[in-house]
Amino acid sequence: MGAHTAVARPPGPARPDPGGAPGSGGPRKRRDDRRVAWLFLAPALVGFALFYAYPTVRGVYYSLTDYNLLAAPNFTGAENYRDLVSDEQFWNALKVTGYYVVVNIGAQTLLGLLLATLMHRLTRSVALRAMLLLPWLVPNVTVGLLWLWLLDTNLGFVNHVLNALGMGTTGFFSSPDWAMPSIAAVNTWAYTGYTALLLYAGMLQIPQHLYESASLDGAGEFRMFTRITLPLLRPVLALVLVVSMIGSFQIFDTIAVTTRGGPVGATRVIYYYIYEQAFTYFHMGYASAVAVMLALILGVLTAVQMRLLRASRSDLA
Amino acid sequence: MTSLRQRVGAALLCLAASTTLVSCGGDDAADGSVTLDYWLWDDRQLPAYQDCAAAFHRANPGITVEFTQTAWTQYWQNLTTELVSGDAPDVWTNQSTYSATYVSGGQVLDLAPYVERDHVDLSGYQAGLTEPWVKDGKRYGLPKDWDTVALVYNTAMLGEQGMDADRLAKLTWNPSDGGTLEEVIARATLDDEGRNGLDPGFDKDHVEVYGFLPEWADGSQGQNGWGEFAAANGFHYLHKNPWGTHYRYDDPKLVETISWFKHLIDKGYSPRLDQQSKMANSELLAAGKGAMTVAGSYAISSYTGPKLQRQFAFAPMPVGPAGRKSAVNGLSDAVWAGSKHKEEAWKWVKFLASADCQNLVAKRAVVFPALKSATEKALAAHRTKGEDVHVFTDAVAAKDGTFLLPITEHGTEIDPIVQDAIQSAILGQASPEDALKAANDKVNALFR
Repeated sequence: MGAHTAVARPPGPARPDPGGAPGSGGPRKRRDDRRVAWLFLAPALVGFALFYAYPTVRGVYYSLTDYNLLAAPNFTGAENYRDLVSDEQFWNALKVTGYYVVVNIGAQTLLGLLLATLMHRLTRSVALRAMLLLPWLVPNVTVGLLWLWLLDTNLGFVNHVLNALGMGTTGFFSSPDWAMPSIAAVNTWAYTGYTALLLYAGMLQIPQHLYESASLDGAGEFRMFTRITLPLLRPVLALVLVVSMIGSFQIFDTIAVTTRGGPVGATRVIYYYIYEQAFTYFHMGYASAVAVMLALILGVLTAVQMRLLRASRSDLA
Repeated sequence: MTSLRQRVGAALLCLAASTTLVSCGGDDAADGSVTLDYWLWDDRQLPAYQDCAAAFHRANPGITVEFTQTAWTQYWQNLTTELVSGDAPDVWTNQSTYSATYVSGGQVLDLAPYVERDHVDLSGYQAGLTEPWVKDGKRYGLPKDWDTVALVYNTAMLGEQGMDADRLAKLTWNPSDGGTLEEVIARATLDDEGRNGLDPGFDKDHVEVYGFLPEWADGSQGQNGWGEFAAANGFHYLHKNPWGTHYRYDDPKLVETISWFKHLIDKGYSPRLDQQSKMANSELLAAGKGAMTVAGSYAISSYTGPKLQRQFAFAPMPVGPAGRKSAVNGLSDAVWAGSKHKEEAWKWVKFLASADCQNLVAKRAVVFPALKSATEKALAAHRTKGEDVHVFTDAVAAKDGTFLLPITEHGTEIDPIVQDAIQSAILGQASPEDALKAANDKVNALFR
């Protein structure tokens, strides 16, 4: 295949001449270019079709059936969606997920911004940057287990310290009030470094001379942050927000490891609910309907965010 | 370009073909010998059943049994996935909550014709172990083992409070004042100043040792605690078991029982649910954080390990208003309806359910086999190891001493509904009456 490719696209100037100068290749060559382009796109396209498009279509189809994994699916029309509207667990799962996303994204973005600004304005140590990324490199299940033991009421180091300070024991994962904030905090710990790094990369695009002239004009760090960094970071910030929010909505592994949706549904987020429906109760059809709803909700939220933050336009341009 | 497309197509075909070969191959050797795929989840029992497989292979040289052991939490997902993909194990260890789904999905082979043909004697098993696997005249498994529950306690802690095995064997319980059991629990509870639960100065906010550790992640059956107490109070899960369609979780007898457990927590004798450790009760007991809990016979080895130096002993469940009750539950071996080697699979299941295999299992003293004769041998094997576990076998031997755990459709869906209701009552989010009434309505709605 490699040899074939080389024949189809002989080495030459990579950039097509916009003027269409004579001698730079006739229509035949252009056709070849397109074919090669498809060839290069093929791995991504095949992957997309096989692992995204096809499952999505199948998922939408299953959401209209009573598929239970073991028997052939029967078409039931919109029944799953009708059930969904009156399913209090579904609405509760959405509420719980929303709560998590707000706490997690709020904390993660603010901390990430703070860390990125410090890295940008204070130190550019590579070692420090690498260290920030460490928690993100730890697999989620390990993170979950690690904090499960650190925060345990009996064995946990954190409760040990709290007890020593005379603050009593807190059931971080076993109290319905604490479970969700605890999980949000754990994932904030895991993802802040990554968010900070993305924001830091965005900050590097902001021309340095803006800061220099601002400081000549006597602006302080805080003023420079609000007047220069934030506005010019907007497109990157929007991207980070959208991507991390979508990721945040899909919280699953930490919950599967620590609380399994408990106590009393306090952490039964939408993804965990889908998983339970599909693989514990074998309601594949219903689970697909919930998943389709989640995809729609995420689509709308993303569109709204992009619009609000005018993410596709940069003030630097 | 056509040639390229062809080549890519051929490569994809190759890939598809080779995966199919991998996934379907390996069952049949050229000489006609058969390999059966057998699944179980308990790693402690694996060696015992490997003994059986070796004996089986000696008797049937043409059949080899290959084991797959997967932890409980993944077991059912993996099994379901394999069933869906049409490549399931020929024989698997089955459990009553999950069984109904597979039976109604047409995945389990009806063994009744085989049992009849081979004249298998089903009278030797402990009472109540064969019925759960029969539905509408079809038999979906043969019993392999059984379990009951008992109290397990720290002998030193209770000894200090003047409690010995004789007195613990005569405990009484009722949901209004807790009977002598509650007194023992109160005595065994110690605060950080060393005062026990009956001391007027007892500080329930600084408890060092809890008298009783309840289990709240116990599904819809409460096999490790509330189920036994409720049964001793006269509670029945269903109007008919197995295969009933109307649950009774709103029964006042259950409500009273749950209220009593909540009272234990309010008194400071049991840990608060919202401050509960993620550690298992057996681990908390081993760490000296509790004096007593309920343990199933399947968990015996968690309390008799060499590291625990005989700190723990077993006592029968207390006598309640409706008598002394323990859940009895048993597992079975099921044959996959889609197996390519049904005859060989049946042979293996028949062997697993026979005295030949169950006596081998008994020798390992890890589980009580379903046959009465093999149970005796297991008890003897425990005795040889210096473990006194007779309370578990006493429970099955006693008249009306056991009750069958519910076996119905929708088992996996009922579990979280009831568990959430009970947890919310224990947490004080709802009254036990309201929580259980609402849960019962939801559960019964599943059967409509």
